[in-house]
Amino acid sequence: MSIRLGLSHIGSRPRTARAHAIAWQILAGAVVAGFIAAIAFQAAANLRARGIASGFDFLDRAAGFEIARGPIDFSSRDTYARALFVGFINTFRVSLLGIALATALGVVLGVARLSSVWVIAAIAKGYLEVMRNTPLLLQLLFWYSLWQTLPAPPDALTPLPGVFLCFRGLFVPSPVWQTDYPWISIERPALAGFGFQGGASVSPEFAALLAGLTMYTAALIGEIVRGGILAVDKGQSEAAAALGLSRIRILRHVVLPQALRIIIPPTASQFLNLVKNSTLAVAIGYPDLISITNTTLNQTGQAIEAIGLAMAVYLAVSVGLSVAMNAYNAAILRRGGRTT
Amino acid sequence: MFRDRPNAIATALLGIAIAYAGFRFVEWGIVNAIWSLPQEAGSQACRATRGQGACWAVIAERFRFIVCGAYPFDQQWRPACACLLFLVLYVASTIRTLWNWRLLALWIALPAAAVTLLRGGLFGISYVPSEFWGGLPLTFLLSTVGFAAAFPFAVALALGRRAELPAVKGVCIAYIELVRGVPLVTFLFMASVMFPLFVPQGVTIDKLLRAQIAIVLVIAAYVAEVLRGGLQAVPKAQYEAAASIGLSYWPSTMLIVLPQALRVSIPALVNTFIAFFKDTSLVIAIGLFDLLGAAKAVIVDAKWVGFGVEVYLFTALVYFVFCYGVSQYSRTLEISKTL
Amino acid sequence: MALNRYWIYCVAVVLSACSGAGREDAAMAPAAEVARGSTATPTLDGVRKKTFVQCGVTTGVAGFSAPDAQGEWHGLDVDVCRAIAAAVLGDAKKVRFTPLTAAQRFTALQTGEVDVLSRITTITFQRDVQLGIEFPAVNWYDGTTFIVRKSSKVKSVDDLNGATICLQPGTTNEVDVADYFRKHKLTFTPVVIERLEEGTNAYFAGRCDAFSQDQATLAALRARAPNPADHVVLPELISRGPYGPGVMPNDLRWIEIVRWSVYAMVNAEELGLSSTTIDRARESDDPDVRRFVGTSDGFGAMLGLDAAWAYRIVKQVGNYAESVERNITPLGIERGVNRLWKDGGVMYVPPLR
Repeated sequence: MSIRLGLSHIGSRPRTARAHAIAWQILAGAVVAGFIAAIAFQAAANLRARGIASGFDFLDRAAGFEIARGPIDFSSRDTYARALFVGFINTFRVSLLGIALATALGVVLGVARLSSVWVIAAIAKGYLEVMRNTPLLLQLLFWYSLWQTLPAPPDALTPLPGVFLCFRGLFVPSPVWQTDYPWISIERPALAGFGFQGGASVSPEFAALLAGLTMYTAALIGEIVRGGILAVDKGQSEAAAALGLSRIRILRHVVLPQALRIIIPPTASQFLNLVKNSTLAVAIGYPDLISITNTTLNQTGQAIEAIGLAMAVYLAVSVGLSVAMNAYNAAILRRGGRTT
Repeated sequence: MFRDRPNAIATALLGIAIAYAGFRFVEWGIVNAIWSLPQEAGSQACRATRGQGACWAVIAERFRFIVCGAYPFDQQWRPACACLLFLVLYVASTIRTLWNWRLLALWIALPAAAVTLLRGGLFGISYVPSEFWGGLPLTFLLSTVGFAAAFPFAVALALGRRAELPAVKGVCIAYIELVRGVPLVTFLFMASVMFPLFVPQGVTIDKLLRAQIAIVLVIAAYVAEVLRGGLQAVPKAQYEAAASIGLSYWPSTMLIVLPQALRVSIPALVNTFIAFFKDTSLVIAIGLFDLLGAAKAVIVDAKWVGFGVEVYLFTALVYFVFCYGVSQYSRTLEISKTL
Repeated sequence: MALNRYWIYCVAVVLSACSGAGREDAAMAPAAEVARGSTATPTLDGVRKKTFVQCGVTTGVAGFSAPDAQGEWHGLDVDVCRAIAAAVLGDAKKVRFTPLTAAQRFTALQTGEVDVLSRITTITFQRDVQLGIEFPAVNWYDGTTFIVRKSSKVKSVDDLNGATICLQPGTTNEVDVADYFRKHKLTFTPVVIERLEEGTNAYFAGRCDAFSQDQATLAALRARAPNPADHVVLPELISRGPYGPGVMPNDLRWIEIVRWSVYAMVNAEELGLSSTTIDRARESDDPDVRRFVGTSDGFGAMLGLDAAWAYRIVKQVGNYAESVERNITPLGIERGVNRLWKDGGVMYVPPLR
């Protein structure tokens, strides 16, 4: 299916054709290398002229900025390296939770769209269309605005006893390990002085980001699940019905396992999209990897190193996923199944 | 809907729930809503009805800002006309009889005309620097010019990816995988902060131009992937037939393979366009104010703080109308057999 | 035959690429020379060519840099940029303003997006040495403190133990608060919001208990509150914060011009020259005044400007006292330590001689 690259050489000998090919490659390589070299020279010159440092030494310097409270302790005296690590953990947290919730919701949506109850299918379709045709960033900002309409701490809502919901965040009781009996005690959040003290809290930024990512990705996963289920031969479900299985059983034991082979590759790429979309945190103030990279590069001036690091992390996630996908496809092919 | 009993019960219950929700929404959004306030009055009337009624007055008052950005007030006919030019371009792209070199000419001429109109400095209209461009025209501009400029580059990448020469193929694959594996926001930051380091001192690149270049580079990689699928879909027989009548690589690609590949890829290309139309909203991260950025700026103003729900619903409606319309058109293309 | 031709083409291409790289080395040489502190003046030349000064300012802080309803910028920092424009280009109106957040400001200066950063920027070791930004002069002395609600009954900073405090990323206030609370073994929850307007809105909405910024900025923000009487700016400063315009270090002449534009305004106040009295002062015999207005000693030429540079600054923008009175005093902020040294403050600048 490939055409030999070369100039009009119909009838010339293979040796000259190969030489032409090598010549073109050298030309292409020279052009690309020359372009990159020119940019690199200019960048080095500019950095030197502006007195901006190079190299990764800045990672060991004190960060000098604060990060909102999270699972890892951080103060402005900690290094930039630690700050970027905190950002990475935050991205990891929201991505993992988002993937889990989106998958669960997506499967429900996919099945709902195939429901014979017209209203359910219509709602699911409407949900999908709204999520698909509005920007994700808009949805994030919308959830954040909605959260801001919650009441102030003194009038906080209590959906469950001990759980407080106000515009400063969601405060839940958390277990605290003790060295003496009883080994675990529950720390409840209580209104004191400046708001809720004690317990664990979920910040509005995290909640908005998680809600937006989950609902958006769930819609797309729902579409994939629906496609996967529809792709399973109708004969399968008819035969299972003939055997007397109920609809739920058919779905769980016959249709879904076969549909999974079709569902998994596009779903994996949706997971990757979710991780990439988590970078929208920079617009609502959640300190993920990109937000902290942004602050770092603005404070140190070392844009190339900082952005390079962030790109390397996301690229590693993307490549990792590709490798996993290829391994999965190979395993399926080995077992004799189809991958398309 | 009422085929059998479980169906009927579920429909009835859900129907009641939806009717109730719908009723409350209509009550909030239409019945109790405040549609406009006098210019000088503060927003107290709106704040008094928070929770019971929507405040659409914020849209009424800041409509021109949301749609035209910080453009000088008396010159706002120019961004409005620029929006119109883009809409004309999109509608013209759907007319089949134009699907030849004329479409190409339109895709170059109309965006160029829109940019000239926004920029000014010619034909007697005043010059407006790009810091003042914003709102809906900026969204149209970034996505359309981005798509148009990225297209030749994407074609080159897609062809290069299929080339036999390992060097060319390797470079193209590396570029496509790099760009597709990294979030768009990092490219925007890269453009905003790193591009000035790549040019000689004294040369400044407009911030908008930097963002546009970044968007072009990213769109090229995604479109190249779409075109790769299209190129794969062209039957092998076509290549062989072209070779058999004596056409070498470039003539056969340009005259035989590419037109067919493009025709097959059109629905996917339209979907890519919609996706990037929505993604241009990310430029808010580098300080440019497209439609979403302008909307966000409205609620930062002390007068309209807290009315985010109304503003974002309106903005979502604008995006929805456009994206849904275009995606429905793409669906008709997919179904149509005369493609 | 065909083979030889193509090999020659390839060799030619590779050679031209190498010589292109060589030319890049040649282009690098002037840049390297500049870094060694030569006489190249890229910023000044750029300003003269564009015929305006690109001034990096805040996104809107009353008293320092804020646009009015017509889009005209006013403020203490704005006046610094106007003084530079008056000195270099002859017209204080030849300034264009780029609003920048605290996080973006240094990058904008480093990438050449603005010629001078006049944006309530505190001068610190890190910014001077690490970022390599030059701060030619101080135009306002201040420090970090907090704005709190009167109803919270907070009287001093130590009462803020356990509070939620709104901070802006990339400011010295952030570091000052963290260091102070650490030193005094107090705790707080930071809420980091990049844009100043969003941060203030968050504070007014109650998202945080206190907002930390420099005292003068907080006074300006308090004036913007829905009900200013409900808020109080703590008088206790937890750090020193001298503000000054920032420039890139690669143009010595530009650094000198910015420095002496600021000094000229303070010197004018010392000499008793104001925008109303400077015309009369042109006929004065006082040697200091003659040097100032340019009728003797040719200081302007030494800066690369014409003789009336300082005269234009005072005539078009005013002296330091006028600038403060026009911008800062209406907000109810005391001039305090920013008075002249002979009036009990710390404004002490080198004389124009």
